[in-house]
Amino acid sequence: MSTPAPTAETVEREEFTLARPNGFWRRARHSPAFIAGAIITTLLVLIAIFAPWISPYSPDHQDLYNILSGFSSKHLLGTDQLGRDELSRLLWASRTDLQVGVIAVIFPFCFGTLMGTLTGYFGGWFDAVVMRVVDVVIAFPFYVFVIGLVFVVGEGTKGIYIAFAVVDWVVYARAVRSTTLVVRESDYVAAARGGGLSHARVIFRHVLPNTITQAVVYVMNDIVLAIVAVVTLGYIGLGIQPPTPDWGTMISDGQPFLTTHWELATLPGIAVVLVGLGLSLLGDGLADVLRPGS
Amino acid sequence: MTSILEVRDLCVSIGRGDGRFTAVDGISFSVNAGDAFGIVGESGSGKSLTLRAIMALLPTSAHLDSGAVLVEGEELATAGHAARVQRRARIAMVFQDPLSALNPVRTIGDQVAEVPRRVLKRSRTESRRRAIELLGLVGVPDPARRFDAYPHELSGGMRQRVAIAMALAAEPAILLCDEPTTALDVTVQAQVLDLIDKLRVELDLAVVFVSHDLGVVRELCQDVAVMYAGRFAETGPTSDLLGRPRHPYTLGLLRAVVDLDDQVGTLRPIGGTLPDPLHLPSGCAFHPRCPLATAECRTNVPPLIHLDVASSSDASSRASACFHHDLVEAP
Repeated sequence: MSTPAPTAETVEREEFTLARPNGFWRRARHSPAFIAGAIITTLLVLIAIFAPWISPYSPDHQDLYNILSGFSSKHLLGTDQLGRDELSRLLWASRTDLQVGVIAVIFPFCFGTLMGTLTGYFGGWFDAVVMRVVDVVIAFPFYVFVIGLVFVVGEGTKGIYIAFAVVDWVVYARAVRSTTLVVRESDYVAAARGGGLSHARVIFRHVLPNTITQAVVYVMNDIVLAIVAVVTLGYIGLGIQPPTPDWGTMISDGQPFLTTHWELATLPGIAVVLVGLGLSLLGDGLADVLRPGS
Repeated sequence: MTSILEVRDLCVSIGRGDGRFTAVDGISFSVNAGDAFGIVGESGSGKSLTLRAIMALLPTSAHLDSGAVLVEGEELATAGHAARVQRRARIAMVFQDPLSALNPVRTIGDQVAEVPRRVLKRSRTESRRRAIELLGLVGVPDPARRFDAYPHELSGGMRQRVAIAMALAAEPAILLCDEPTTALDVTVQAQVLDLIDKLRVELDLAVVFVSHDLGVVRELCQDVAVMYAGRFAETGPTSDLLGRPRHPYTLGLLRAVVDLDDQVGTLRPIGGTLPDPLHLPSGCAFHPRCPLATAECRTNVPPLIHLDVASSSDASSRASACFHHDLVEAP
């Protein structure tokens, strides 16, 4: 019995693969989900930004001789029961709702990620206390909380912002904490600590870049949740108040005319679905793209 | 000659409550500048934990029960950030898996330059120059261009070279190596070992090299300790110890080595397995697997005692933790 000598195949060639800068864009090009999501989201954001210039009418302008006009050359998507141009209101509402969605998740994203990182990295009593708070918050039903808040702070977007700030950070904290627990034990964190780097430097340069991906991916879906929340509240009359255009209010206003003028309730609904689709695809795509080396 | 690194009575336990056990039990050794000290043992014998304890980088589940680490005669703190600050320009460590030892989302140059920049407080250009110099020192070809490469763009051997460059960035006097070649191909392994040996000579490093590979240790280390179940079974000068083992476990390891020149050789593995650390055998932990075991071995823990070996050139440095060390055959 003799052991065969190493063959050419088993000999590792110590060669570098060519350095590929822009790995992010290279991978992005090969992710259909990322491309589709990025296109839809970019379009929607552009519409929201340029709504004042591209909408044919002011969203509040009432053409009382032309109420419930249906599709026409004067009002492409018709008018509502007050004679307001449906297309203009849809475009302006994207401005309102996207803005609310993005603003609502900023605090939960930052605070939750920070909490998740600190609890995961340091552990101990701080971790125990924060995680019990998380458990309590998660056990509380979100919409009951939001509606309760609306009665305290009044109708409109303020309730949404506060409710998201109080409730939503726990999702980020949990997700980031679990990946931090893994990264904390990795050799490169040990090497960084062994090199004598400060805790802050280890956390922000070695731990966070490897854990934040999850939070970034989730933030896309979370914007959708925030928009759905504001639309839902608008629908039951507790969200954004007229005359500010908002898809939720438009759906509930259009509902009585569903049999004769389906477009009034359906088109804002489709708009919400489009936003959800675009951001979800973008989130999925980002999850694929934000992993160098895999 | 005073030793640059001295480890005294290191004890590390893992877990808590009923699941707590001692994984490293009273390890002591010292290394001189420019010397390499090898620690050989099976997986789970406590080799890596010993290094981590010296680095004050124990995983959260492990706890240092006792022990002192002295560098140039000065005792270092054993835990916390202060302990790592004390070690930063003195002790550095190279890890087993070169992939996980490098941060995947940052360029290698950035990581090598980080310690000069943030810890030694050099300027940005100075740190970059130093990082390129270090990458060149460890044999990374075209280091200025590789500075911006990501770890996944390098082969395993190159990654380990980068990890060594990173460890050397703070200009340590002591380099701890935790099986740095285990994850590499045999040919690359030899290159990395040559590199470590070259650096030891050129930089007058004290190297502590942990491995389960007797061949690797034989090539690299002047002194060696054989570790079993958290204790040193035998210590001594490498050639002396491997040529004339004084502990039946060392003999078992030597006999289990594949000999490529032996056409009809059969492997002679050590019977049994490493004991469950929660329920270590009484007396000598090796006695259930030992052909020389007697009643004494089952009840008393053999201390690591110095031997008076006539054949040894440096007799006082041989030590064995076996009651029957004089009965151990030649391999």
